[in-house]
Amino acid sequence: MIDAALIWEWIIKSLILIIFLTVEFMYVTVYERRFLARIQSRIGPNRAGPFGLLQPAADGLKLIFKEELIPANADKFIFVLAPIITVIPALIVLAVIPWGEAMVIFGRQVNLFISDVNVAVVYIMAVTSISVYGITLAGWSSNNKYALLGGLRATAQMISYELALGLAFMGPVVLAGSLSMVDIVRAQQGSLWYVVLQPAAFLIYFFASIAEINRAPFDMPEAEQELTAGYHAEYSGMKFALFFMAEYIKMVAISVIGATLFFGGFDGPFVDQIPWLGPIYLLAKVVIYLGVLIWVRATWPRIRYDRLMQLGWKILFPLALLNVIITAVVVVLVN
Amino acid sequence: MPVIGTIFYAFLAIVAVGTAFGMLINRNAIYSALFLVLNFATVAVLYLALGAPFIALSQITVYAGAIMVLFLFVITLLGAEKLPGYEPIKGHRLVAIGLAIVFIAELVLFFFFRNQVAGPIPLIGPEFASPRNIGVLMFTEYLLPFEVVAFILLSATVGAIMLTKPERKVTTKLSQQQD
Repeated sequence: MIDAALIWEWIIKSLILIIFLTVEFMYVTVYERRFLARIQSRIGPNRAGPFGLLQPAADGLKLIFKEELIPANADKFIFVLAPIITVIPALIVLAVIPWGEAMVIFGRQVNLFISDVNVAVVYIMAVTSISVYGITLAGWSSNNKYALLGGLRATAQMISYELALGLAFMGPVVLAGSLSMVDIVRAQQGSLWYVVLQPAAFLIYFFASIAEINRAPFDMPEAEQELTAGYHAEYSGMKFALFFMAEYIKMVAISVIGATLFFGGFDGPFVDQIPWLGPIYLLAKVVIYLGVLIWVRATWPRIRYDRLMQLGWKILFPLALLNVIITAVVVVLVN
Repeated sequence: MPVIGTIFYAFLAIVAVGTAFGMLINRNAIYSALFLVLNFATVAVLYLALGAPFIALSQITVYAGAIMVLFLFVITLLGAEKLPGYEPIKGHRLVAIGLAIVFIAELVLFFFFRNQVAGPIPLIGPEFASPRNIGVLMFTEYLLPFEVVAFILLSATVGAIMLTKPERKVTTKLSQQQD
């Protein structure tokens, strides 16, 4: 079963995923800046290369040449470790997502996913739950009160919204009858997309996932006006770039997970005849989802911190519980 | 394959014991908490190696992802990361060493006793640890313990809410005194 070719296949697929996410990170920054500028009647970065497409390269070069500061009383080991701990969960969370139908490449049957485990949804929950550590530790180790407050806020916010997020996953899981992402996509091929069958679960997922990755309008952990920059206030150079990278990769990750759970993943017309269309459909759905995330950032003001916690605990969490109960009852009654 | 398996297991065992030890002897509570997280992750890898991915991932989600994050939260919030140099309870180290020796003796006794009685353990299929099987077992054979645990957790939640609920009467009296 496990031969050398299979191990090479795993290595190549993992590398493709990581390179894809890194390149995606570069271009999501351009996408966000250009799209945000359009919404605000500006032009946005358009000097570096055609349509500003070389802007991320210029930003990256600039960050490499920046001086890396470590505050005098910081806990140096954890201060250096924190950005790394933040990036790794963002990079590995998509390992269980299918990109398309199995296809034949060089005479070999290749499945377009790194792993189809029967606990994929629990895997996603586990990885998102450990992604809090990087931010908390960054806030603590900087020895800066603003950074510490930002880190504490991030911890409280992410723990609170994880509950609603996990329960929102349960809607598609109950309908598909499986915790595997491949099975969830297959179940949606047979019926309507789950955004139609599970609109409440989708809305809960949408808001809870934005809160989980600390993006506007739930970006209290890094509220510039109150906390300067929150948990990464003391970071500079490439360490800051790692936090930035984690944030944008997480944005891509929640788009991919949302598209897979609620918008049929790689499903689309003619995908069973031409398997190459699968990844293209998934990418198109992800780009639209990312556009909506940027649109939300441009339109809604930041929510006050106590309101944010109330929204999480008193509205989203009970709604998500109710949704799970109703879905389960309906599934039992229909079958 | 058995040699690779043994090396793999030995490596995991050393990491698990090492991180547990690191958690005990570290004077900084943050590092202790991080060692404990590493320990949980190593134990989760052991579960994975035993063919129980659901238990492994639940271990990471619940212990590393929820409980230890709250520990870390409280430590950073209270600024209690530096432990005092003196012993808060006098002579607790001696008692702890004594209890540890008793515990290890008990383990060794149990190990030998069990090895003599039990025969070779029957192999279980890979489907045994699937989420479906765990769910079915939980709602049929282990329904009563499951419900008891659920009830205990519910009462703990209600208790936590009652404890943190602001006492209205006291605050109004205080504000009247200030006026």
